[in-house]
Amino acid sequence: MSSRDEILSRLRGAGRVPEALPDVPLFDENLPPALDQFKTALARMGGQWVDAPADGLDAWLAQRFANAKVICSAVPETAGTLQVHTVTDPRSLENVDVGIVRARFAVAETGSVWLSEAEYGVNALGYLAQHLVVLLDPAVILPNLHHAYRQAAFSQARYCALVTGPSATADIEGVLIRGAQGVRTLTVVGMRGDFLGVGGGVA
Amino acid sequence: MANDIFTDKKVDHVKGSRQFIADEPHIAFHDKRLWTLRDLRDKEAHGIAEWEQLRELASAIKSHTLTHLADYLEEFERNATANGVTVHWAKDAAEHNRIVHEILSARGVDTLVKSKSMLTEECNMRPYLQDRGMTVVETDLGERIQQLDDEPPSHIVVPAVHKLAKDVAEVFAETIGTDRSNADPHYLAEGMRQDTRPYFIKAGAGMTGCNFAVAETGTVVTCTNEGNADLSGNVPPLYIASIGIEKLIPKMEHLGVFIRMLSRSALGSPITQYTSHFRAPRAGGESHFILVDNGRSERLAMDDFWYSLKCIRCGACMNTCPVYRRSGGLSYGGVYAGPIGAIINPTFDLKKYSALPFASTLNGSCSNVCPVKINIHEQIYKWRQIVVEQGQVSFVKKESMKLAGKVLADPKRYRAWSSGAGKAMASLPRAFLYNPFNAWGKQRELPEPPGQTFHQWYAANRKPEQET
Repeated sequence: MSSRDEILSRLRGAGRVPEALPDVPLFDENLPPALDQFKTALARMGGQWVDAPADGLDAWLAQRFANAKVICSAVPETAGTLQVHTVTDPRSLENVDVGIVRARFAVAETGSVWLSEAEYGVNALGYLAQHLVVLLDPAVILPNLHHAYRQAAFSQARYCALVTGPSATADIEGVLIRGAQGVRTLTVVGMRGDFLGVGGGVA
Repeated sequence: MANDIFTDKKVDHVKGSRQFIADEPHIAFHDKRLWTLRDLRDKEAHGIAEWEQLRELASAIKSHTLTHLADYLEEFERNATANGVTVHWAKDAAEHNRIVHEILSARGVDTLVKSKSMLTEECNMRPYLQDRGMTVVETDLGERIQQLDDEPPSHIVVPAVHKLAKDVAEVFAETIGTDRSNADPHYLAEGMRQDTRPYFIKAGAGMTGCNFAVAETGTVVTCTNEGNADLSGNVPPLYIASIGIEKLIPKMEHLGVFIRMLSRSALGSPITQYTSHFRAPRAGGESHFILVDNGRSERLAMDDFWYSLKCIRCGACMNTCPVYRRSGGLSYGGVYAGPIGAIINPTFDLKKYSALPFASTLNGSCSNVCPVKINIHEQIYKWRQIVVEQGQVSFVKKESMKLAGKVLADPKRYRAWSSGAGKAMASLPRAFLYNPFNAWGKQRELPEPPGQTFHQWYAANRKPEQET
């Protein structure tokens, strides 16, 4: 018998009495205003919120990341110095200083933004870059994770992540360090915009 | 001690703890750090009105899934395969390791970057691959510290929590060449980042564990903070996930319940920095999922212990356990330490881990914080009974328990003993009290005996209604 069949037959022979699957409510009563809650949660997780820059995105980028040599863009709002659609091998993103993407939606409760291969262009952009800038339309912030996980986008993306602030660790004496293996900073810029992704829109 | 995990040698938890206790700064920090995590967990839990309802839901979803596990595994396999993922089945650790090695060697991969996975620890995978010429790089900071120090993780969420920064400075100075005299955690973490990043570029394959596997979509979910799981899964061309079969949940919508509780229970943060969903290989990439049993199907058949399969590995039970906080994870001598280790490890090897169910005060705190409501302290108590029945208890413990049993079962004998013991304690020489046969005399001063027993006080001050 194959290991597969052996495991399945042992599980079926374990003698467990079937138990029912409960319904999960959306827990969406008395929720605080989504944008306020998102900003608070994001800040707590080490992310930074920025309102749409008055002088435009490029001017803001030039000021915020004055020393950046490689700015890789996955959004139409800026060209950066490198456009992600020209990249084929994720490893070639090794030297990216700043990555720029647009989130499909966000979650107020946790301060998370939702990104998949459609938003990243190349997934590694969100992790190999030293800094990540995420554009977010304030109109697409869902109240909590129960709402988020009802989005069809989760079952359509090959890879997707709820990204909540920059990479972090507290593995040495509990000292919180922002910028572990992934990006060192994460900035969410509140800007209206068109979505890049296909299907799975926000309900 | 650390290297005894994969031998049959019986674990001596008391001896292991004694090594840890010997160093005051370590134990003081350990205790405080873990209690801080417990405290943060409480604040988060109290901030959510439906917390108890979420625990009920999580426990019920797990009960349902575990009692239909074969069906959900078939559904997961069907969907993952349709998504273009190759699904493998491993009945034990040896088969898991063989499969990983075959996947890597068939593609000429000699360097593997991996994210933290307790399952691969359980399988002792790293030495297996290294013996066959592979370079395996742990990319979680805590896990990397433990790898470089040749020690197993001492905690399932914070693997190097038993070390102080100066210990890490020593390990890194020896292995990755940082400055021995600089024990600033920021400096050390940056040193690790600089050392590890090139491996993500160089590695032919990346590997992660799995926090949740969703049957409905064939998705593997990882919850991490450092970004290393996403680097491992998205940079090299080949991705492998090791999945314990108990990690299944039916649908995406159920993740809402578990993700809301996992990091809150573990670290006191509302979510991990990254909650990542690997469903299908990326364009031009290749993905393999390995479904691993390694004793889980046998555990499912154990009427008293199958609930332990609900565990989502948050470590909350460890953080709250007074015994774990003061004995250190390595003293448990198994892949899983703390209360959860005390109930899981004996299912692997009762003889080897017979001491662990006794490494508990049975205060029930572990069960109270468990996000999936596992009756941990009740299982610990059940294991004690089995250990005693099977004669795995030491002579001294057995004889003293027998004596205590007789005394406690007989009120007259108890009263005679308690009034006598108080007087005796006050006058006995120290050598009699603090000897190897009196476990209570170790690491603590015995309390000052009261002048009279409660019964004597009651007899003197109240008229007993009924003498027994």
